[in-house]
Order: sequence, then structure tokens, then C-alpha cells
Amino acid sequence: MTETVTGPARQGTDAALARYAVRLGDDALVLAQQLCGWITRAPTIEEDLALSNIALDLVGHARTLLALGGRLDGTGRTEDDFAFLRTEREFTNALLVEIPDGDFAGTVARQLAYTHHAVLLYEALAASTDPELAAFAVRAAKEVAYHRRHADDWVVRLGLGTAESARRMRAGLERVWPCTAELFEEDALVRGLTAAGAVPAPGPLRERWHEEVAAVLKRAGLPLPAPKWHATGGRDGLHTEAFGPLVAELQSVHRQFPGGTW
Amino acid sequence: MSGAPHPEPSPAPLPVAEVARQVGEVPDPELPMIGLGDLGVVESVAVADDGNLEVAILPTFLGCPALPAITASVREVLVRCGHPEGRVRHVLAPAWSSDRISERGRTALAAHGIAPPVPSDAPEPVRLGLGTPCPYCGSLATRPHSAFGPARCQSMLHCAGCRETFPLMTAM
Repeated sequence: MTETVTGPARQGTDAALARYAVRLGDDALVLAQQLCGWITRAPTIEEDLALSNIALDLVGHARTLLALGGRLDGTGRTEDDFAFLRTEREFTNALLVEIPDGDFAGTVARQLAYTHHAVLLYEALAASTDPELAAFAVRAAKEVAYHRRHADDWVVRLGLGTAESARRMRAGLERVWPCTAELFEEDALVRGLTAAGAVPAPGPLRERWHEEVAAVLKRAGLPLPAPKWHATGGRDGLHTEAFGPLVAELQSVHRQFPGGTW
Repeated sequence: MSGAPHPEPSPAPLPVAEVARQVGEVPDPELPMIGLGDLGVVESVAVADDGNLEVAILPTFLGCPALPAITASVREVLVRCGHPEGRVRHVLAPAWSSDRISERGRTALAAHGIAPPVPSDAPEPVRLGLGTPCPYCGSLATRPHSAFGPARCQSMLHCAGCRETFPLMTAM
């Protein structure tokens, strides 16, 4: 990144809101990194373009949110500082986005879960008491809605396709679903910010999310997974084994050329 | 940036309206047939509290890779117009919408083989390309080919009339 995101100077700091913005920024950043792994390997060149364009949007979201975090927490860190100079334990993304990509249907299942969540969250964040976060959310909601359509189309296409495509789509859903509850976790940080009107309460979002994804899966003739366990820990920096290599690859260029620009 | 020595003395500062006109004429890096003004990304050109000129730019997409190039081009205009201390600021409110593209901009896009965007509140099938005339032959026998194209702001359509594939600016 040759130029960092600039924004208005903030009056005072807000450590809680900063942490919240960084959580969402980390979700977008890690998911973007994962999707880029499909470039040249997706089923068609159109799909290469789709996933890389979606990743590009997510990098834009991450830059805005991480830079906002650095201004809110008073450290003045840039988005590059967050992306390239933190260790694994300092990333606070939900575990959903770090599940290793294997089968394309698993990526589609993850996109279904993430995009429906992100649209609902950003539409609600548009009413945030924080004007900067609200302005970001208005813009980002429109972009993720486009990604949501892409995810829905693939779920229906694979679900109603061949026996093999439906089997793999079911397997993908089973694989990612235990990681979806974490998107709606309500810890002390979220409760405090919700009470202040800065962020929406996750409970109602989760209900609407559940209705929406159930409707898409019904259209696709796929069963809604009912996992017996839920993964958690990402928001506290506790990650899965796959996360180390992912971060190493994300930061590899910066390690070789510290501070390099083009 | 502004601290770099300039070989020639700065020209007399041009009035704000003239600077705004020149900023609006800066071509978009990804759609060079259309200026920033016609693209609707110049929110304001105004004198800031500290007396310096400030240009507010709305990113079309948050991850738009053309933003640094746009910023650099606008900075060059400010220096050329005698406002070496002028600034470029990226603002997110109001959110840019494809509805902000001017009539002149739409005509220029179509003339270069890019179907201009439909209104952002059009029904979804229309936003995805239903009824979009081919910019080459005018045929309405077109169909969506790919929701994503060479740039984030474009999807791809196919024309059954002339068998060309062409981009449609995404209604957003």
C-alpha cells in the first residue's frame, strides 16, 4: 500500500470503539487474504475476477476500519501497522474467516455466512452514534450486498446442481457452520458499545441472519446445519493452527522489504 | 509533498471556481474518457479553516485502487493553479453513487463501449443488465455474462446482436 488512509483528527480517544473497529477490520483483511488464494484456481476466469474483486472491496473495508482503529485508540497506527506489524495473538478476527480453503463449496459456504452477517451489521451500523463509523457502514453495506448476491447464486447453483455438487456444498456448510455463532458473540466490549448506541446489539442481527440464510438454503434444497458445538476465541486473539501460516504469508513481503512502497 | 522545492515560482492563485473546473476535468485513471467531475467524485472544492484550498473526493469503492492516482493528479492541478498548499481529502459521507454520473459522463462512457449505469433504485434484474442496449450496435438482445468484470465498478454483458462482450457500469 503506497498511501495510507487519512481521516479527520479525532477528539480524544475511544479505546472500546477502536477495538471493535479493529475486529471488523481483521475479519475483512483475513477474508480478503483467503479469497486471493483462489486467483488462477477458481472454476472459471469469471470466478477469478469475482473473488479477486470481492477481496479488493474487503481490503478497502479493512484499510478504513484499521486506520480508524489507530486514530481512535490514540496510537496513530496506520492500517499497514495493523496488517504487517502485529503477531498472531494480536489479530482479533472471527475464526470463520481463517478456516483453510480447500473445496470451492466450502469457500461459498463461508461467503454465505459472512456476507449475510456483514450486510445486516453494516446496515445497522449506519445508525451508529459515531459519524465516521456510520459513514463507512453506509458505503460498505452496498458493496457487501453485491457479494451476498454472488454467494447466494453459488449456493443455489451447487445445491440444485449435480449429486456431487450438492454433496460438496453440504460438506462445506457442515465445515463452516460451527464458526458462525462467534460472529454474533456479545462480550463485555460489545455490551458496553451497544449501551452507548455506538454499535447494534448482535441478538436481533443473529435472528434475521438465521432467517435469511435458512431461506437461501431452502431455495437451494440444502439442509440448515445444526452444529453441536461452536468455536470461539478469535476475538481474544486465540486462533486455529492454520492461522500462523496465513499471517506469515500475509506479512512476508513486508518482512523482506520493511517499509517498501511501490 | 508540498515541502519539495519547486523549480519555478508558484503562479498567481486562480479563483476557486476555476480550480474546481480544472479538477473536474482530471480524467479518471480507470475510465479516462470521463473526468472526475462527470464521474461525480468531486464533492467540494473550498477554502478550509486554515485558508488553504481543500478538495473533497468521494471514493467510488472503498478499495478503489485508483484513489492514490486520483489524489496525485488533483494535487498537481492545485499546484499548477497556484495553490501549492492545497489538500485532497477522502470523505465517505455522502456515499458515492453511480447516480452521480452526469449526462455528459454517461454519453462519454457509451461512446467508449461501456454501457452507463441504470438508476441505483431500479429493480434488481434491470440493475444486473436486463434491457441494457449494446453500446456497439444498440441491440436489446443482451444478457448478463458475469457480475464482475475488469474493474470493480463494471459487470460484463454479452450482445446476441453483434456478438460483442461489453462492460456495464454497476448501478450502486
